[in-house]
Amino acid sequence: MPTSTDTDFVIRLDSLSMLYPTKSGGTVQALDDVSLSVRAGEFISIVGPSGCGKSTLLRIIMGLSRQTSGQVTFGPSDDSHRNQLGMVFQQPLLLPWRTVRKNLLTSPDLHHARDAATHAKADELLVMLGLEEFGDRYPNELSGGMQQRVGIGRALMHDPRILLMDEPFGALDAMTRDQMGLDLLRIWDQDRKTVLFVTHSIPEAVLLADRVVVMTPRPGRLADVVEVALPRPRRLENINTPEFGEIVLKIRKLLDSEHSAH
Amino acid sequence: MFTNTKRHAAGREVLAVPEGGTVPVEAPTSSATAVRRRRRRVPGIAHSVLVFLGLLVLWQAVVKMFDVSNILVPTPTAVADSLVDGFQDGTLLTHSIVTLKEILIGFGIAVGSALVSAVLITQFRTVERVLFPLLILTQTIPKVAMAPLLIVWFGIGISSKVLTVALIAFFPLLINAILGFRSAAHEQVEMLRSFGASRMQVMRHLQIPSALPHIFAGLEVAVILSVTGAVVAEFVGSSEGLGYLIQASNFTLDVARTFAVIVVLSAVGIALHAVVVRLGKWLVFWTATPTDTAGGI
Repeated sequence: MPTSTDTDFVIRLDSLSMLYPTKSGGTVQALDDVSLSVRAGEFISIVGPSGCGKSTLLRIIMGLSRQTSGQVTFGPSDDSHRNQLGMVFQQPLLLPWRTVRKNLLTSPDLHHARDAATHAKADELLVMLGLEEFGDRYPNELSGGMQQRVGIGRALMHDPRILLMDEPFGALDAMTRDQMGLDLLRIWDQDRKTVLFVTHSIPEAVLLADRVVVMTPRPGRLADVVEVALPRPRRLENINTPEFGEIVLKIRKLLDSEHSAH
Repeated sequence: MFTNTKRHAAGREVLAVPEGGTVPVEAPTSSATAVRRRRRRVPGIAHSVLVFLGLLVLWQAVVKMFDVSNILVPTPTAVADSLVDGFQDGTLLTHSIVTLKEILIGFGIAVGSALVSAVLITQFRTVERVLFPLLILTQTIPKVAMAPLLIVWFGIGISSKVLTVALIAFFPLLINAILGFRSAAHEQVEMLRSFGASRMQVMRHLQIPSALPHIFAGLEVAVILSVTGAVVAEFVGSSEGLGYLIQASNFTLDVARTFAVIVVLSAVGIALHAVVVRLGKWLVFWTATPTDTAGGI
């Protein structure tokens, strides 16, 4: 297991803590002393019960929230990290007045960088996401799964090195969800970006990840990091293997023991 | 108003058809639903028209049968005659133009100032804290009660009418615009911020388009209120305009002419409202499109 002394990290979190002020004047500790080192091309799942600060963790890495203490370091070349990050949210959050193609082009439009190359990239993404016929449609003409694929495509548009995914399939039905997970692995396999994938489905976390980060609720601490040594490419049938079951059980026990300790 | 909402609904249908046309996969289903809708709607309009005509006939019959004095209630045919006469000798047209001018200028001022105020209030906390309570307070004043004062301050010319119109149309617009600029989901703002959007870009790419449906809801209310505002201001003191004409014809007991002016006023209201609705449907196209479609994929 890598420690924070590794030098080949892409993201390193050192003792991240986050305190929120509450309305009654107190504070809530969302994160407590979280340290983690993520290698290039790694697929990390983060599981934990609601309110364990897993979303807060992604938001801090993205720069949408500011940690109370601790440090986020991007490596090995820590320059203009915003461009290295792409974020996918729980909701597709597409702009309803923009077509699918224009939603994909959100990021280049904000940076006044829309040119022939970005258009070609958008076409490429439409094919990769299986949406080539839907480029000129509006989001409300798409199903939930298709909308979320556009959301993923939008985050991939500027070719980030790191993809942050905050329960991206949480709003989808079970069947769509499985399919989307496999689609995500297929896309990930093409250029092996570093992925931080937050979910509260343990099987989903195990099916996708190289390592599963297990978090405890209030305050959000790292309970353990579980290696998933299953071969790739992964298939849905993997779920029925004993190895898979063992890892899921291990994570479940970790969560249960943390739960009863509170 | 009745025919108006119908037209409104029909407009949506007209919009839905070309949209279906641009997306070949969807075309059969959306045109099929459009046909179904049309079939259901046509009898609806026909019924309202029939009921309306029936009421006119009843009105005519009652006035004739009971020999009601035409100083109290004129027959529909007398109103129609007065309408034709009024347009032939140019009275109705010249006065309509005066009132329309007051409405349009006043409405324009209201739209401009309400949008600017809404942007300032939603973008700057201090402006909100200082201005918003005052605005709520002034909103409780019945605006028509201000009309006499405005006549005293600005004379019986066009400016007092324009200001009355602007005042009466301003508040519903402002409230809706504020709601609109605040309607963008926090998550959407964060999404844009995650792509490095500046505050101005969030405004341009998210808050303004999200506000449009609310702004148009406000415009629909405000445009009708504008007509009321102009007429009330003309009642209070004027030498021309449709409001003046109503008072003048009442004074000479020409009740048929009063009715004729009311018909013209409601026609003006319906026409202005229809323009706003059409513009809204065209600009805010994304809320009009049906949410069905490719669910299975």
